[in-house]
Amino acid sequence: MERKKNIFTDKLADDFQELYPDEAYMRVRPEKFRDTCLGLHKLLLSPVMTMFACDRRRQNNTFSVTCAFLSRADKKWIMVVTDVPAQSPAFVSLTKDIFSAHLFERQIREMFGLEPIGNPDIRALHLHEEVWPKGFYPLRKDFKPGNAASGPKDEYKFSRVQGEGVFEVPVGPVHAGIISPGHFRFSVAGEPIINLEIRLGFVHRGVEKLMEGKTIPDALALSECVSGDASFGHSLAFVQAAEKISGIIVPLRAQGLRAIFLELERMYNHAAGLGGMAMDVGFSFPAALAAVIKENILQLNKQLTASRYLKGVNIVGGVSRDIGESSASLLRERLKGIEKDFLRLRDILESSTSFMERVDTTGYLRRNTAYDLGVIGLAGRSSGIEIDLRKFFGDIYKPAGFNMAIGRSGDVLARLNVRLFEFEESLRLIRYFVGHLAAGACVATQKIVPGYGLGYAEAWRGPVLYWLDIAEDGTIERCKITDPSFRGWQGLSYAVLGDIIPDFPLCNKSFDFSYAGNDL
Amino acid sequence: MIDILRARIAKGILSQEIPLADGDGLGQELRTVIAKRFGRSFTIREVDSGSCGACESEIISANNPIYDLQRFGVNFTASPRHADAMLVTGALSKNMVLALQRTYAAMPDPKWVITLGDCAFDCGKFKGSYYLAGPISKVLPVDLHIPGCPPEPIEIIKHLLVFLRQLK
Repeated sequence: MERKKNIFTDKLADDFQELYPDEAYMRVRPEKFRDTCLGLHKLLLSPVMTMFACDRRRQNNTFSVTCAFLSRADKKWIMVVTDVPAQSPAFVSLTKDIFSAHLFERQIREMFGLEPIGNPDIRALHLHEEVWPKGFYPLRKDFKPGNAASGPKDEYKFSRVQGEGVFEVPVGPVHAGIISPGHFRFSVAGEPIINLEIRLGFVHRGVEKLMEGKTIPDALALSECVSGDASFGHSLAFVQAAEKISGIIVPLRAQGLRAIFLELERMYNHAAGLGGMAMDVGFSFPAALAAVIKENILQLNKQLTASRYLKGVNIVGGVSRDIGESSASLLRERLKGIEKDFLRLRDILESSTSFMERVDTTGYLRRNTAYDLGVIGLAGRSSGIEIDLRKFFGDIYKPAGFNMAIGRSGDVLARLNVRLFEFEESLRLIRYFVGHLAAGACVATQKIVPGYGLGYAEAWRGPVLYWLDIAEDGTIERCKITDPSFRGWQGLSYAVLGDIIPDFPLCNKSFDFSYAGNDL
Repeated sequence: MIDILRARIAKGILSQEIPLADGDGLGQELRTVIAKRFGRSFTIREVDSGSCGACESEIISANNPIYDLQRFGVNFTASPRHADAMLVTGALSKNMVLALQRTYAAMPDPKWVITLGDCAFDCGKFKGSYYLAGPISKVLPVDLHIPGCPPEPIEIIKHLLVFLRQLK
């Protein structure tokens, strides 16, 4: 850290502040923003983990733009902050140097009206051009929803592939299955896909704006509805941000319980994903078996917490549900049955040559592509991006001896194997945590204090980040939500290249990204 | 193959009989109603208009081997042309209005609209957002609402039965 501090504080940063043990802020002048970010990107080998703007015109007549990197060696988040004057709302784009900033810049542009100078693609992401009139920026503090009813609208321009024999296959937004909406446009020459453009935003609900002005408990309830299948991961990231800002020390017992619930969420989703992959190649028995595993875990969740999706479990300072002696033995008992079903599922999948043929070498996402796009989490690990927040943060995982799942090849098989490995690891972790639950209370009662900071959790898809700014009156001033799906979807559009359209559902399911978490 | 068969036999039948308060099995009655009224199958097209994904997860769960909605004659279809009813979740994002209306228009008459989840009823936790055109009843004639956040599979099945029963 010392070395980095010297390089950047001397040459670039105007101010370097280690606000929390795991989070440092570096304030730079606008002209140095790009160089500082690029330097950190090269030094830390970290993609842009999140990037967002804040409207601070009421305080000091500027906007601010923040770009976050992860320092794995120091176990620290490094946030680079710069001001953007309100009179000339524009900042220097990072996209050409750090591609993982690309989508964030587009998001900042459509939500705040800050122009990323030099970004070659400034099409809207969530506020569709056909629906939303130009010149209305919802995350600005002076935005009034009533005004945005009328105004000139535009049309989204798909990138076109032209040439003899090239044709387009549009899919969506309403898909064949029971799934969220999104538009996929394939350009195909003969059988192989030569381009896939993914247009999302169909389930945009304006969550970040809704967060503003809410009290912490209300906002917590909303965070559980950002991405329904990762409600615990999202609410965990949210409460951890609030706890960090307020200096609340979460009791060890609550930390252990949170770890258990987080792994339960991972397990039911991995079971659903494994079943989905089998279903997408028409292999119905393992799909049904996986559905049974998922249902068993959901029923277990309900017995432990009264909610199948673990809603209402996280509260600021700890958890609302304890696992007592009887619940612990119930949990152990149920895990035995779940493990038995899981091992059978794994055997069936791995012993089917035709299934393995389908998944092997399908949907390659190469490491370099994943790194450039900033694909992290489950999909990133399958392509060799070694980022798992449980490994770097959270002292609770150290005594348990956490093993990170890593795939190298980046194909559907790698993602399948990572999921199988993680399911087993989750079983092991839950058993460890249940056996080693610390005694004591499972909630700490302390007051919320104003301030800002980053909360994070390794949900089943990957790192979920909540950057919170709590105002003087204890309500939320700004909340930036980053789901791993946000950059991940791009990875899918590269992974399918060269494959055929019938392999697309399989590739899609192997990544298993969230529409709702992306669209917010 | 033989392993699958063995596993299948070892696992046995998991589907639960879904009990009704007044004696008879809920599923059996649903089966009879659908056979009579819809010529053996009631087909649903599901559309997510802006949900978080939990409602979808529960609808999928209602089709798993334990609840097995399909055994009573309720099918989910890919095409609106084959659908008797549309099952809508979510608070209706502005981006989905056109797609939702087109899906509805593509369905043959007679058709029903069923909303599922609190968001679809009154926008739920997303009430007051700048980007919602919901609730669904503003855009489509809603015949049935299944409450919950998300409703559990057994609730989904119960509400469907009550609804289909009164259609007679």
